[in-house]
This record gives sequence, structure tokens and C-alpha cells, in this order.
Amino acid sequence: MTARPDEGVRAEGTFERLDRRMVVMRTLVTSGIVLIAAVPAGVGIHAEGRSIPGALGIVAGGVAAIVLATVLGEYLRWRATRFRTTAQRFEWRFQLVVTRRRSLARERIRTVDITASPLHRIFGLATVVIGTGQQAASGEASVKLDPVARTRAEALRVELLRRTPAAEPEDEALGQQPAQQQAPLATLDWRWAGYAPLSFLTPALGAAVIGFLANVVSLFGPVGGLVDDARDGARQAIADVAVGGTMAVVLALVTLVLFVAAAGAVGAVLLFVEMWWGYRLDRESDGTLRVRRGLLTTRSISLEERRLRGVELIEAPGIRLARAGRVDAVATGMQQSGSSERTDHKTLLPAAPRRTVHRVTSAVLDEPDAPTGVPLSGHPRAALVRRLRWSLAPVLVVAAGAGVAASLTEGWRADLAGMAMWLCLLGGVPIAALLAWDAYRNLGHALAGRYLVSRRGAVRRSTVALQRSGIIGWTVRQSIFQRRVGLVTVTATTAAGSGGYQVRDIGEADGLRLAEEAVPDLLGPFVERTARP
Amino acid sequence: MTESVRLRPPTNRLNPRCLAWWRVRFALVVLPPVVVAAVLGILLVPALLILAAVIAVVGLAVLVLLPAWWYRVHRWEVTDHAVYTRTGYFWQEWRVAPMSRIQTVDTARGPLQQLFRLATVTVTTASAKGAVEIAGLDAQLASSVAEELTETTQATPGDAT
Repeated sequence: MTARPDEGVRAEGTFERLDRRMVVMRTLVTSGIVLIAAVPAGVGIHAEGRSIPGALGIVAGGVAAIVLATVLGEYLRWRATRFRTTAQRFEWRFQLVVTRRRSLARERIRTVDITASPLHRIFGLATVVIGTGQQAASGEASVKLDPVARTRAEALRVELLRRTPAAEPEDEALGQQPAQQQAPLATLDWRWAGYAPLSFLTPALGAAVIGFLANVVSLFGPVGGLVDDARDGARQAIADVAVGGTMAVVLALVTLVLFVAAAGAVGAVLLFVEMWWGYRLDRESDGTLRVRRGLLTTRSISLEERRLRGVELIEAPGIRLARAGRVDAVATGMQQSGSSERTDHKTLLPAAPRRTVHRVTSAVLDEPDAPTGVPLSGHPRAALVRRLRWSLAPVLVVAAGAGVAASLTEGWRADLAGMAMWLCLLGGVPIAALLAWDAYRNLGHALAGRYLVSRRGAVRRSTVALQRSGIIGWTVRQSIFQRRVGLVTVTATTAAGSGGYQVRDIGEADGLRLAEEAVPDLLGPFVERTARP
Repeated sequence: MTESVRLRPPTNRLNPRCLAWWRVRFALVVLPPVVVAAVLGILLVPALLILAAVIAVVGLAVLVLLPAWWYRVHRWEVTDHAVYTRTGYFWQEWRVAPMSRIQTVDTARGPLQQLFRLATVTVTTASAKGAVEIAGLDAQLASSVAEELTETTQATPGDAT
């Protein structure tokens, strides 16, 4: 190692490696897979005409080669990967033929997430992902350490998220706060599991279960004769229909729907248990919010409060009917949730009753009243007219098309088209109108203390409370249709979450006043007021 | 008594050479189909000549009228505290980005823009949706605007989030 000018800094942290047990862990996994694959391979080779010892020899050789290669590869990877923490930076390097380095400024580190899959947990290991809140290509802005010992992961989290005095000199609370554990902001209430089956995932899960069962049945079909039974049943049903007995078909359909619903509900609850087992939301003494949860794969997600810009309350369709909702964090550096493992990382509270939602929101934001619960001002009637137009137009177009088809054709085709038209008119129009009404009723905005609150959505309702100090620009948009009726859509741009939060179809004057009041001096200089008699 | 509240237009217009730039850009889109239709019309299907004529006439009308319209709508302004732009006609859009939140200032010149000595200044903030673009400044003005913006933003502390 050559001497460098920053030798003093280097003394702070020496390079360390990933946990050595990773070689054993990965080798075991590979061996398991290879051994399972070896059985059919051996049987196949034997069937080709080799003697049993010969086949065994070939298979054993293959297995040994693959396992050895894994050991070697993992060992090299272990040797090659090193990381260290210095006073200023977190450094990671991978040195094998080529050298890759990544260096994160410690004051920019905003997240340290710990995940442990069941396999990791057997070995007492965990995966650590260290992220900065930067917009740069996501690969550059984060480092993944897979794996380190569980205790080391925890130590890294504490070490890296501890704000250095240099970074935040004005924060005195840090020094005087003893490392005492405060009561959690929220813990799991098992009644919340009841909301899981209301998710839109339920039918899909149910269908997946049915599909899986059908596959299993068809595997063992010839033995059990179940498929034949089912086929006979289906034939019988078709025959019944031919005779005129629709009862059997209706019964079969109802049974199927019930079964899918039941299977989906069970699946959804199981998924909920896996995801949210042991859930607790804490405010740590180092100024981070921390979510811990998971049954088989445990997850610990830390979010620096300094980069929290608000929360979003999401009321998904079924869950909203049950008067419950989920709370997501609106924070900087969470934008590119491209990889699937990160999608639920921003959820602070799973679907829970509104009372809990408001309590947790006010605790998270440190506000006496949850901004997401304040009464909102509605939007002009013109917004309802727009929504009615959007939702009714497609229905009416389809109805008109069906009507034309009915008048142009004859016989059963005309009957069918006529039926479709009436279905559209009698069924579609009220539903579309209701959706439009719901979308209109949900529009709302307010200024609640330090927060700008905006709500929207038909069926799936979302209410965002955005810190006014987190607003870093405005976009005011007005289509030619909006101009005629005096509406605008105001977007508060922010570094957090999706980058911009809209207040849709607000009255022009109200929208501009809202923006002006929310962030004084930003839009204000460009607003023109003229007294009108 | 009521009060009417509205956004005032930004003070500056784009460079008048934008008219020519937009027209050439539009012509480059419209011309190929007209030429193809015309050639095919002469060689194979005479009916296509009518199509070519229709596209050409409509295109020409748009070419003459729309850019003049755009020119009246597109405006920009840089104050001591913010960058302010207005764009679009059918979907009019006003954008404001405060100086204190500006992260990068880029100038870009496409091949056509170079022909007309024009440039685009893009001001980005930490928001993925907050970028403010002024497309169609005189190249020299653009670089001086960019320079001025960069100086102002560098003087402002904080990580702009």
C-alpha cells in the first residue's frame, strides 16, 4: 500500500471484508440445487445404457466440478470485495482483474436498509444497502454489501446514519440525547390483517392458486382421474345447458368464484403475515425513522427524517370502503424505485383504520394534528362537469356504436347489439356518473400549518401532505378547455417522492392564491391582481 | 367586489429567429410525406397527387400561422429570485424555479439551432418534474444567461433539496 496524503483519515477506518460465511452459504445453495438436478440427470444417463456405477461417476464428477467452481468463485469474490468507513466517506472496492470503486460522501448517506432472507438468517447474516439521496444513476448512488454479519449490519447502520457534528452543527439535541429507546410510533395490530384480502391482489392470487392446483391435478391426473371427473362434469353441465338447465352452470360458476375468492383471501393474508410480521415503526435517537418487519425475510428500513418532505395517505379501492388507508413516506432520494424490492420501501404504515392513520401521521410528522385529516376545500363545479364528460364520453360512444350496429343488422345480431346498447345506457351510464362524482368529491386542497394538502382520485383516493418548505418550484398548467371554465392544475414540484404533486382543476384564482400562500415570494411576484367591479 | 388573480406573462420574448427555426423544423416533418406522395402520384397512382396537395396546403397554412402564434405565447424571464417561463397554447404552462433550488444550468444547441444561432437553456432543480426550459434564445444571450444563473446559484448554499 502506498502512502497517501489522506493517511490521517485512513487510520480511522481500515478495510474490512464481507462475511466469510458467504462462501459456505452460497456453496450450500449451489450444492443443493445441483444435487436435486443430479438425480434426474443420473437416471437419464443410466437409461442411456451406462451401468449404475458409471452413471454415478459421471454425475458425481459433474457435481464436484460445479461445487468447486462455486467455492472458487465465491472465495474470489469475497477476497476481491472490501469496504471501509472513513471520517468523510464510505468506500467500497472490488479488485479482481478490473478494479471498481465506489465512494459515498458520508453526509450524503440517507438510507441504510438491512434485509435478511431466511437463508441469511440461518447463518446470522444480512444484506446491507447503503444509499444516498441523489438523483444520479441508481447504481452509482448506492452500495450493496451482501452479506455481512447481522451484528455488523446493525453497527454499520448506526455508524453511518449518525449525523456528524460537522454536517449539522445547529442540532444540539443530538448531543444531549441519551441512547434511550423511545416507545415505538406504531406496532402491528393483527386486526389489520383483515384488510389484506380487500386488496386488488386477492383475485389475482386466487387465480394463481387455482392455476397451480390445476397444474398439480393434471400432473397426477391419470392416477387420480380427477381431470376425467372434471371433464365429465363439464360435459354434463354443457348437456344440461342444452336441455335448458342453467342451474348447474350458475352453481358451478358461483362455486368457482367463491373458491377463487377464498383462496385469494388466504393467500393475501399469508402474504401480509410474511411482509408485516413483527412490524414496528420507531423514531431513533439519531434522527431517523425506522421500519422493521418481516417473518421469513426480515427487513429494516431506515429513513432520515431530514429528508422526509411529507406523507401520502393511499386509500386503495376495497380498503377505502373499510375506512382504512396506508401511509407512504414522501422523501427525497426514493425516486427511482425501479427494482421491485424497493417498491414497498416507502410504506410507513400498512392499511390501518383511519384513527390509527391519523395518529401515526401526526407522530411521524411531529404535528399535533395530522395534516392528512384536515377538512379540505372543494373545487369548482366545472371540475365535476369535466369529470362527467371524461367518464360518460366513452360509454356513450360505445352505446352509440352499438345502436348504429343494431339498426344496420338484422336478426339475432341486431338483438345482441341492441342489448349491448341498453346495457351501456342503463348500466354503464350510472356507473360512469358515480365514478365522476366520486372523483369530483375527492378533489380537495388545504394549507395545514407547515403542509400543503392535496387530495384526488376516483375509487383509489390519495391524499398528500407536502411540507411547504419542501416545495422547490411551481408548474401551473391550463388546457384550452380549462381556460374556458376558469380552472388550472397547479403542480408543486419537490425533490421528494414522485417529483411533483398536483392540485387538479382548482379555480384559477384559488390555485394561484394557494401557491402564493404556500410558498410566499416564489409565485407571488408573477401574480397580477386587478380589482373587478 | 371581486378580485381577478392571474399570472402575468414573463417579460421577454424568444429570439425572432425562432420563427424561422420552427418553420424549418416543421417543414422537415411535413415535406417527406408530400414528396413521397407526389412521386408515387406521378409514377403510379394519380389520386395520390391530391393527397400530396392536401398535405402541402394544410402544412403550409400551419407553417405560416402556428409559429407566429407560438412566438406570442412563449416567453421567459429571469429575476433575482427565480426563473419564470410560459409555453404552450392548447396546454399553456407556466413554470417557476427559484434560484435557491437550481441544481444545474445547461445550454444545448441542436444542428438546426446552430444554423439559426439559437440555443436552449435548461435549468434543473432537484425535482424530476421541475426542470424549466427556455428553447430558442440567441446563442450568445443563452450562454450569458447560463453563466449568470450558474454564478447566482453557486452563491446560494445548501444542497437544493
